[in-house]
Amino acid sequence: MMPPVDQSLVLVKHAFLACLASHVPWLPAWCIDCLSGLINIGAVLAVFLTLFALISVMERKILARIQNRYGPNRVGPFGLLQPVADGIKMLIKEDVVPRNADKLVHYLAPLAMLTPAILALCVIPYGRGMTPVSIDGGILFFFAIGSATELAVFMAGWASNNKYSMLGAMRAIAQMVSYELPLVMAAVPVVMIAGSLSPDVIVEAQGKYLFHTVPQWFVLTPWGAATFLLFFTAGLVESNRTPFDMPEGESEIVAGHMTEYSGFKYALFFMAEYFGMFAVSGLAVTLFLGGWNAPAAWLQFIPSWIWFFAKLSVLLFVFIWIRGTLPRMRIDHVMSFAWKFMLPMAFVCIPAAALWHYAGRGPAGWLLSLLLIAAAGAGLRKITGIGEKFAPRTYRFAE
Amino acid sequence: MNIAAFSLLTIFTLATAAAAALLPRLIHAALCLALSFIGVAAFYALLGAEFVGLVQILVYVGAVAVLIVFTILLTHREDGKGVSAMNWGGVAVAIAVFDGLLWAILKTPSLMGATANSEPITVKQIGITLTAGYMWPLQCTGILLTAAFIGALILVMEEKR
Repeated sequence: MMPPVDQSLVLVKHAFLACLASHVPWLPAWCIDCLSGLINIGAVLAVFLTLFALISVMERKILARIQNRYGPNRVGPFGLLQPVADGIKMLIKEDVVPRNADKLVHYLAPLAMLTPAILALCVIPYGRGMTPVSIDGGILFFFAIGSATELAVFMAGWASNNKYSMLGAMRAIAQMVSYELPLVMAAVPVVMIAGSLSPDVIVEAQGKYLFHTVPQWFVLTPWGAATFLLFFTAGLVESNRTPFDMPEGESEIVAGHMTEYSGFKYALFFMAEYFGMFAVSGLAVTLFLGGWNAPAAWLQFIPSWIWFFAKLSVLLFVFIWIRGTLPRMRIDHVMSFAWKFMLPMAFVCIPAAALWHYAGRGPAGWLLSLLLIAAAGAGLRKITGIGEKFAPRTYRFAE
Repeated sequence: MNIAAFSLLTIFTLATAAAAALLPRLIHAALCLALSFIGVAAFYALLGAEFVGLVQILVYVGAVAVLIVFTILLTHREDGKGVSAMNWGGVAVAIAVFDGLLWAILKTPSLMGATANSEPITVKQIGITLTAGYMWPLQCTGILLTAAFIGALILVMEEKR
């Protein structure tokens, strides 16, 4: 019962390519392949640039709501044309490069930052048969490309020849390296249960329904829920979002590695941050929230890509919500949280997923893996003394 | 088309590797080294070893290059001064290592009968080979890494009050 709307975009593309092949017979096959790839990449860029424009205004609107303000409401209806105004402003601003900066590296850093984010977006399945670049090791590709961002941050921090930039870059790299481990480890149980590194197969593996209403998403199992939380937290760090935005903590180090950037280069950094956020959220949707699958079998009449973007919007809203409510963490707390809690928990989730699998993927496995994760969580709380940090504070000199 | 890709990649990898060896500023050299790692990863992808290529990027660009860059930052800065144009000791070591690797490659019997194979190797095949034929080394590596991880954790745990 696949709805016709669902595949309409794919069919239009195939019809266009077939039409081209039949009308221009001298065109070699690899040209058609290249064109097909270019169309996919163009679609990814168009969709996510639009989403970027939308989210930048939505973020300000939502933050304003949380802080009891109006937010941007002057440009266009409801302030919706604000991104256009922002874009024009960024383009006509002066591009200041410090005299002692390493000009070439300073110039290349924003590009090196944005490229991995766009590449990472290309392996995520946006709908049934709508993966822009379908590769066998898609999940691995995502993490491999994502790890290149650290070098870009370093380039920006170092080339600016500014103490604040360098400090920000050091912080950013330290926390990105630390949280990359939990991020990758949190994806391992899913890869194990689905038996593949391919995002398409992982989405397919979550496509079944219990009584036609309860989806079989991985987030609905104890190990899946635990790894989802770990993945999402690590994702917050990787995209340098509050409460983990010390690299650009404006109260201490101006804007971190972006201090010496202005005009459109700054806009590119901004864009890279949002694209990274889209990529991490997209991968979280793919790994844990069933990808483009509908939440119930009788809801499949709505196209798969609408479901994907609906789930993506929910996660993006949570990103903004967290930014509006949580204060910034301290750098040493962030680092010790990664090594003392996140990473051991991510490791525990792997045997928990194995228990769930070998106990027949039923209620028994559900209970066993829940017990294991709860026991590990309680044990870690005891050993590391994280629980003490949440105890009521006693003040000696103030009341 | 493969020939064209191969030659382009060769030029790219060799040029960035040469830049890594010859640029006077250490940071530039490190960044060029990262680029040449990407070139090597592209070679793997071209040979159908997609998995190895991705791991190459993950490990070498994501970890080793960052480690090198951090090491440069944390050690004494010389700003290109005092670095002589040619380090003959380094050249000798490089030639020795290259000869050793070449000798090892030429002596490997399984490489002699290798033919051009366009069929890419899937991740599943690698997994099956690893768990079926190389269980013992795999487990040893696992234990080693777990020990390293626990050691790192214990180092972090001892927090000065």
